[in-house]
Amino acid sequence: MELFINQVLAGIATGAIYACMALAIVMIFQAIDHLNFAQGEMAMFSTFIAWQLMQWGVPYWWAFLLTLAISFVAGIVIERLLFKPLAKAPILTNVAGFIALYAIINSVAGLIWDFTIKQFPSPFGSSPFLGSQLISTHQAGMIGVTIALLIALFFFFRFTRIGLAMRAAATLPESARLVGINTSWMIALGWGMASAIGAIAGILIAPVVFLEPNMMLGILLYGFAAAVLGGLTSPLGAVIGGFLVGVFENLVGTYIPGVGNELKLPIALALIVIVLVVKPTGLMGHTVVKRV
Amino acid sequence: MTAMLDIKDLRAYYGQVQALHGMEFHLSEGSMTTLLGANGAGKTTTLRAICNMVRSTGTIQFEGRPLTGKSTENIVRLGIAHVPQGRGTFTTMTVEENLQLGAISRKDTKAISSDIERMYDHFPVLKQRHTQQAGTLSGGEQQMLAVARALMLRPRLMLLDEPSFGLAPLVVRDLFKILGKINREDKVSILVVEQNAQLALEIADKAYVIETGRIVMSGTASEIASNEAVRKSYLGY
Repeated sequence: MELFINQVLAGIATGAIYACMALAIVMIFQAIDHLNFAQGEMAMFSTFIAWQLMQWGVPYWWAFLLTLAISFVAGIVIERLLFKPLAKAPILTNVAGFIALYAIINSVAGLIWDFTIKQFPSPFGSSPFLGSQLISTHQAGMIGVTIALLIALFFFFRFTRIGLAMRAAATLPESARLVGINTSWMIALGWGMASAIGAIAGILIAPVVFLEPNMMLGILLYGFAAAVLGGLTSPLGAVIGGFLVGVFENLVGTYIPGVGNELKLPIALALIVIVLVVKPTGLMGHTVVKRV
Repeated sequence: MTAMLDIKDLRAYYGQVQALHGMEFHLSEGSMTTLLGANGAGKTTTLRAICNMVRSTGTIQFEGRPLTGKSTENIVRLGIAHVPQGRGTFTTMTVEENLQLGAISRKDTKAISSDIERMYDHFPVLKQRHTQQAGTLSGGEQQMLAVARALMLRPRLMLLDEPSFGLAPLVVRDLFKILGKINREDKVSILVVEQNAQLALEIADKAYVIETGRIVMSGTASEIASNEAVRKSYLGY
């Protein structure tokens, strides 16, 4: 029983990271109808920036906030330079753009910081949380930061005018322009926010998986699985999907013989396939009806 | 009096297909003008061209300023509200959020909530439903919401595309009565495109008849309404 609770809590902790990645993916998908394959690499690069700042002696939380700000701006710059010109291009052109972005960021990170594994500090430490062996302080910190982020995002989108404008631009761009919303900048803003959310995910998971240019590959796949499971059109669904995938992955790895750590990742992919076959809109997504 | 909206030699294109062939008309301040014509005559395209939602050439001047080259959102911000065909309701948001969105480009945040109350006076049914998702409203209610949302901009000119489309005759009467009231009391000039010519001519001051992308007839609403030949060939009643 203790093992079960332990695995569920650990699953919720990593699920929090998948939820962040899924949320970042969904935010960009809602804005431009494309999957950002480079989301993980953007997060990895942000994490390296945080690491570099700390190497230069910046305290953890300052490095954290500074990295979020840099990632936000970088997300906007990437959208303006690369994806705004591609807005009306065919889908394959966009896919090529995302893959190029993936490869560029990955190689540049390797060039600057090389491919050796680096330790990444945790501000929460790794002692037992509240004296309990079930969960470590860092895992509790991951869950706490993610929940704080989700609440902040909820209030932003529900109660601020700019959040309302961003929702309008994502759901009905033409109507949004007709009330005077600059939808193009709303998309850029969405990229900035997705990039910053990814940075949070990267910084939180780096103490667990260690820092190196390929650290986010698996995480991103779980993020995709979470987004597909929850529904690519539903931010809330993506978050719930993230937690579910995290718990599911851990339980399967623990209880089904022969799966272990090595076969966990194929399970995420299998989950994507199953959801797409059985319920393509995901748990909370809705069918997008397009009038032509 | 100079024209509030002055359109000269307007040509519009969908890809290679030309939909407007040199439209010329103007709209004076405070007036309610209607564009009439059959399906495919170019009524919707004219409205879309004014808001730069379709590729076009020619000159469009609003209060003396050319709109050419301006983006849709910047044209709207000059005070031109456009209620599109199909209403463009944000169906997944609440009625109140839809109204907030109508005023999203305004800076005077304090006046917005009192304007929302004013809309609830114009359209009491929206007040009853203000926390409901807009998609759950009936067609007539959604049309009222679309008009209210447009008014939240505090526009000086309102473009209405087929407001009667798909609505029951009684609802249409109500809607047009309110439009007339808004035109007189709030001093909003209105350009309305309608297939229901009879009704449009009852409330409009001025009318233009379009055929295949050109103005073929213009005059006061009563002139057009009483012209037997126009009625038979273009208006179909």
